[in-house]
Amino acid sequence: MTQKELAAFKQYANEARRLTIEMIGHVGVGHVGGSCSIIDILVMLYFRHMRIDSKNPRWPDRDRFVLSKGHAGPALYSVLAMRGYFDRKELTTLNQPGTNLPSHCDMNKTVGIDMTAGSLGQGLSAAVGMAIGGQIDRKDFRVYCVIGDGESQEGQIWEAAMLASQYKLDNLIVFTDDNKMQIDGLTDDVVSLKPLDKRWEAFGWHVQSVDGHDYTAIDTAIETAKRVEGQPSMIILNTIKGKGCSFAEGMLTSHNMPVTAENVKRACAELN
Amino acid sequence: MLEAKDLKAVYCDCLIDLAEHDDRIVLIEADLMRAAGTMPFKDKFPRRTIDVGVAEANMIGVAAGLSAYGKIPFAHSFCTFASRRCYDQIAVSVAYAQLNVKIGGLDPGVAAELNGGTHMAFEDIGIMRNIPTMTVFEPVDAVQLKKAMPQIVEHYGPVYIRLFRRQAEPIFEESYDFKLGRADTVKDGKDVVIFASGLMVHKSLQAAQILEKEGVSARVVNIHTIKPLDADAVTAHAKATGAVVTAENHSIIGGLGSAVAETLSENCPVPLQRVGVKDTFGEVGKLDYLMERFRLTAEDVASAARTVLAKKR
Repeated sequence: MTQKELAAFKQYANEARRLTIEMIGHVGVGHVGGSCSIIDILVMLYFRHMRIDSKNPRWPDRDRFVLSKGHAGPALYSVLAMRGYFDRKELTTLNQPGTNLPSHCDMNKTVGIDMTAGSLGQGLSAAVGMAIGGQIDRKDFRVYCVIGDGESQEGQIWEAAMLASQYKLDNLIVFTDDNKMQIDGLTDDVVSLKPLDKRWEAFGWHVQSVDGHDYTAIDTAIETAKRVEGQPSMIILNTIKGKGCSFAEGMLTSHNMPVTAENVKRACAELN
Repeated sequence: MLEAKDLKAVYCDCLIDLAEHDDRIVLIEADLMRAAGTMPFKDKFPRRTIDVGVAEANMIGVAAGLSAYGKIPFAHSFCTFASRRCYDQIAVSVAYAQLNVKIGGLDPGVAAELNGGTHMAFEDIGIMRNIPTMTVFEPVDAVQLKKAMPQIVEHYGPVYIRLFRRQAEPIFEESYDFKLGRADTVKDGKDVVIFASGLMVHKSLQAAQILEKEGVSARVVNIHTIKPLDADAVTAHAKATGAVVTAENHSIIGGLGSAVAETLSENCPVPLQRVGVKDTFGEVGKLDYLMERFRLTAEDVASAARTVLAKKR
């Protein structure tokens, strides 16, 4: 990755964070923490790695993306708008009556969303289903999926993990947004997932752990995952909840928090 | 009439026939292929048969993903595990997401027999009926099942198929014109109408014979599609006879009896009696014992008819 590309990704991510905070600020409350922790991976996927065409969002051979932690919808909406799936003006409709942008991702409302999610633990199964579909038809698209660390307490995640490994789904690349926090406290204090990497390895996955805010590290990990054969890939992203927004960054209260006009103003200034 | 065949064999034959002409059809199983009788499908289409192991929630989630990709997955388990075990997955990943997954529940109600209470679904119709867009279908015999399957594939949206696996008493002739969602009159009559599904259709016909000896003319109508209910037909039959009995191998809470009562109390209130399981759990036993035990016999249906007839007069 060139310095120029690196600078561009940083700029995209800043913009996506600004849009995310603005849209949540417009409603006054929302999932700031878990949205901001995944902006960098979304930028890397949608601006560099995924085979997509925003003008043909249902293109059968496109790469798919499932946001299993569906509450981070605002982050994905920002990136989709930036990629031209819909008009940026629509972002301010987040959670307004009749909106196409609900808190949790809805494939029937939002152009560019590949799977409805919100009830935690279910999106990964759907991603596995899409990957198996591609395998049945010998298609070469990939399926990407982001799950949460707290979400990984759901048993269904591990049911899906076993099946993906059984079916040797090397067309499936999954990321854990390991921001180490959940609603009731630190993940380690609620129900620890450690050692997360060893657990995924034990389930038969190819596992990498990287800084989830380091574009070069993410890029290298995705390139490596694409070359893996006969195994699904897990990339654990070490992230910070609320990353990039000083009023939320690293705060336990950032899961679903009020956002004032002042918060938006300051955050956007910091992200410029 | 078809030669006597287990319904599961009829079901699998239909799936194979349909799958030969439609490569969207795939099977997704949770370690019950032998029970579901779907092994011949796997032999024919190994790449299109996915066994997720003992993981029903994942089975439904994976089915949703297959549907999002463009497939038409048929997922199977016992009624208990195909409905309540993975209810949120069905509600959110399938129905709310507007995906096209067909769910086959095996061994409805007392048909769970020696598997007993843990495996005996008396509430599955009730909970599945509560999911918006869900179609709930309970075939009564081989002819009906065979005719229903292409329509189930044709229909975009989730369908719950409540499948009795073994040989069912033949009710319909080969020439029967089936339509998903339409109530079918099995026997005409004028004094009372019995709305019945699944195993209870045959019992209701026997009840009609008992009643005939008593000078009562009972109409028997098969409600194979409990949702969407053929409300117009239910109302018309109630109007025509003025007395209604429902008969189902399911709890009287939430199932066919509830669906009919809901419709009639709004559209045509008449004396009504529900034959079904009375808010209790299942237990082990053979079919005949369990049908006696849970008051699902022809005599129970006839007795309910006498009750509503008395109220009608």
